[in-house]
Amino acid sequence: MKTPIYFDNHATTPVDPRVLQAMLPYFTEKFGNAASRNHSFGWEAEEAVDKARKQIADLIGATAKEIIFTSGATESNNLAIKGVAEMYAEKGNHIITAATEHKAVLDTCKKLEKHGAKVTYLPMLSNGLIDLDVLRKAITDKTILISIMYANNEIGVIQNVAEIGKIAHERGVLFHTDGVQACGKVPVNVLRDNIDLMSITAHKIYGPKGVGALYVRRRNPRVQITAQMDGGGHERGMRSGTLNVPSIVGLGEACAICQAEMPEESRRMSYLRDKLKAKLESELDEVFINGTMEHRLPNNLNMSFAYVEGESLLMGINDIAVSSGSACTSATLEPSYVLKALGVGDDLAHTSIRFGLGRFNTEEEVDYVAARIIEVVRRLRELSPLYEMAKEGVDLSTVQWAAE
Amino acid sequence: MAYSDKVLDHYSHPRNVGSMDKNDPNVGTGMVGAPECGDVMKLQVKVDEATGIIADAKFKTFGCGSAIASSSLATEWLKGKTVDEALAIKNTDIVNELSLPPVKIHCSVLAEDAIKAAIGDYKKKQGAHKPAGETVAS
Repeated sequence: MKTPIYFDNHATTPVDPRVLQAMLPYFTEKFGNAASRNHSFGWEAEEAVDKARKQIADLIGATAKEIIFTSGATESNNLAIKGVAEMYAEKGNHIITAATEHKAVLDTCKKLEKHGAKVTYLPMLSNGLIDLDVLRKAITDKTILISIMYANNEIGVIQNVAEIGKIAHERGVLFHTDGVQACGKVPVNVLRDNIDLMSITAHKIYGPKGVGALYVRRRNPRVQITAQMDGGGHERGMRSGTLNVPSIVGLGEACAICQAEMPEESRRMSYLRDKLKAKLESELDEVFINGTMEHRLPNNLNMSFAYVEGESLLMGINDIAVSSGSACTSATLEPSYVLKALGVGDDLAHTSIRFGLGRFNTEEEVDYVAARIIEVVRRLRELSPLYEMAKEGVDLSTVQWAAE
Repeated sequence: MAYSDKVLDHYSHPRNVGSMDKNDPNVGTGMVGAPECGDVMKLQVKVDEATGIIADAKFKTFGCGSAIASSSLATEWLKGKTVDEALAIKNTDIVNELSLPPVKIHCSVLAEDAIKAAIGDYKKKQGAHKPAGETVAS
């Protein structure tokens, strides 16, 4: 077993060697521009892009023509939300999203608010799901779009997407979902799930960084979006720019592998994740799972280790790559807004660790990580005045803290 | 973020971890910070009655590595000092010793607050002239 161990697969994943092999010829000998219609170099590139389009579409139950290539999910989210807001401006200006969305969705909505759009940010239930009745009540005659992520990047909770899409369609509202964490990990089907637009990225599914896609539904309803970048009118006029052929080939291959191996991979991820969870829970007291385990990505575990601050825990396990919801590890010095939206107190948010398992993790690594976490949490609790007080029976919520 | 060697050393081998009897009249206890803020430091000093010198110091800290290191260092420095010398320790001394980056300066401030709170508690117990209000941390 080699260290450091990578358990941060929600942030990004390594490129699968099979994906890399598929990409390599398109950097050198097959370097053509997919938009070159009059020679074999262009045809070869176009053929590769068409194959990738089909591979992506197959993974999500779409047709190839409904796949628009982008630079990644941030662009896909921007294009979907801004594109719909602009295209359907005459119909309305109200967008519904949720408090736990990725910043690429939240900040896009905030930008639109500055330009006059109305945005509703749905609250979360403590299990990490949205309340469908609250969603129903939030829809108005002016609502043009609902944007709710498929699975959350911090807590891995999977929303009831099919029902959200159904509610949207009943009211003639479009439904966009950020599918970054879900696609390739759990079965996603745009027809079954009533999805009109979906953002996908390659680098979370063992493909390269810098390439993604937006699914744009063509039938029932036919969705139109306004392009957010002007140029050669590529991708049916929705996204100009010469196609990044090697990366697109990589995204396609990554999707094909995910589709072929999903049942087996999903079982393996669940097994490893559940083993990690069971070990930590049996050896440590006062640990808390953030978000429901019932509707969750098989590779995600988000746990708070009460009385142990997250950054100090990361420091103790410096041969293991994971993420923390602690303020000290974020650029904003605020603890995780996702956990906050679930009603997790700031005290517990500071002690949270996100484990993201991936294709290349082994059972040996899980055993090692569990043992290291247990050892360091115990050591830091010996150092923690809060743990000492809790053991003495002090109710920490009643303590008057001498802080500003 | 890269930690300085001294921070890593204090984090891996914290000095003077523990607790003393907070009801002992010669023990001063300072507790500063809040769990919601991600930092709580408990710092205790035990003062030799005859000499007025800090004979022992203990800490427990919930917080990042720099907070643990700041309080660990503080206990090292406190031992052997008089109460008034202890009050002269400044957060900037801790910053310099541990090479803390700007984003971690609040850890050193908290350690200074903890020292002042612990000494304040001791003085209060001894019925000294300092008003109680000064023992409250920022």
